[in-house]
Amino acid sequence: MSETCIYIARSSGIAARALAGEMMVMNSVDSTFFTLNPVATAIFQAADGRTPLRDIVRDRVCEQFDVDPEQAQADAEQFVAELSGHGILLVSNQPLASGAPL
Amino acid sequence: MSLMSEVGQKAFNLGVPIAVHMDVTYRCNERCVHCYLDHDDHGEMTTAEIKDVLDQLAEAGVFFITFSGGEVLMRRDFFEIVEYARRLMFNVKIKTNAVMIHEEEARRIRELGVDTIQISVYSHRPEVHDAITKLPHSFERTVKAIRFLREQGLRVTIANVLMTVNSSDHSGVQELAAELGVQYTLDPTITPMMDGDMSVLSLRIPGEELKEIFRNPALVGNQEEFCAPPKPSAEDLEGYSCSAGHSFCYISPYGDVFPCVQFPLPTGNIRQQKFLDIWNFSPQMKEVRSIQAKDLSVCSSCSHVGTCTRCPGLAYMEGSMRGPSTADCEKSFYRTGVPTANMLRQGLSKPRTMSGNTPPLIQIRPIAVPA
Repeated sequence: MSETCIYIARSSGIAARALAGEMMVMNSVDSTFFTLNPVATAIFQAADGRTPLRDIVRDRVCEQFDVDPEQAQADAEQFVAELSGHGILLVSNQPLASGAPL
Repeated sequence: MSLMSEVGQKAFNLGVPIAVHMDVTYRCNERCVHCYLDHDDHGEMTTAEIKDVLDQLAEAGVFFITFSGGEVLMRRDFFEIVEYARRLMFNVKIKTNAVMIHEEEARRIRELGVDTIQISVYSHRPEVHDAITKLPHSFERTVKAIRFLREQGLRVTIANVLMTVNSSDHSGVQELAAELGVQYTLDPTITPMMDGDMSVLSLRIPGEELKEIFRNPALVGNQEEFCAPPKPSAEDLEGYSCSAGHSFCYISPYGDVFPCVQFPLPTGNIRQQKFLDIWNFSPQMKEVRSIQAKDLSVCSSCSHVGTCTRCPGLAYMEGSMRGPSTADCEKSFYRTGVPTANMLRQGLSKPRTMSGNTPPLIQIRPIAVPA
């Protein structure tokens, strides 16, 4: 698990909409299409560029879903790395300008 | 089933309007010989009205929005509309003739994160394309625009509407699309004009030519599979696969809401009612959603019922949304060689070609909105 603070923001180059509790996300650069499960959706929705990932995991994931905090943090970091690789999320160790609104 | 299909099916089952086609104007700088629209402005929605509609669509769960017309760039506020839609996180597609797209517009479209731009090209021969659009040098301008868009790395699809006057040009347009590095799609559908004038139907390509098109692997892929005779099964009669009114709808420049751009059944006007009220409670939308293949008056007994592209909107224009759509009967017949139930009941061995003599059909007209 990372000790440094990670900030995440939604990229402005994506399209996104919730459908029955799951987020549909499409990258406009290559039309890669994803659906996020409810846990991933909660992280995506909270990606405002200002809230550290560990706070998102604590307040939005562990509070709402019955998960082990350490495991949740590790899974969240992996998820963030994956979506960042597809240009869906912007990741920094500094606060970012606000993520695209939902 | 692809992820996209799964999501589409989920939206269909939940009754979520996941995709909307919005014509932002009927005005156009071309005068295509086959166009069904009245190009005069009868009171288009303002920028503020369209932004309000977009807010409502986002709230309703719409993900894919296609902006079309008329020519979208006839609206000076078009980029403002697209920018607003993108801020609301819609996946935006644009249909245009592209003659007003230069380097600056192409750059703007890329910056706005537009997904795809579909552009009408009728022929690889400038004189044929220009004769159809009735706009001199339109071919040259359209092709130049496609190059600008490609230089920006944008995804472009050439839409090739086939009719009598360009029916032999599809391979040339396909080659042009390949040279430009863009997708190609073909459409042999010609619809009557908004005012009910059927004369444009004489431009529909004759059945024998349709048959040749359906047997061209370059156009249809696996020809054997595409033209295989139908294998009816009991499952074909359950439900109905068209998304019109289930997970898709059309909004006109005047705020009228229809189940589909090809289904001119007025269901309400967004200037008078909230979008979700129309979507959820309009008796007309509910009527469209109640269509089941087993209830179709003629088609339920047709061997093509499971594979036919039967359009309930075209059927509606012929008189009944549960009746047959002659244009689709024709396609099913020329695709497979197997007569349809609609043909058999009329004692026809070949489809009767639709012409200007066919009785007038219902067409999309602005709904009168009280001042």
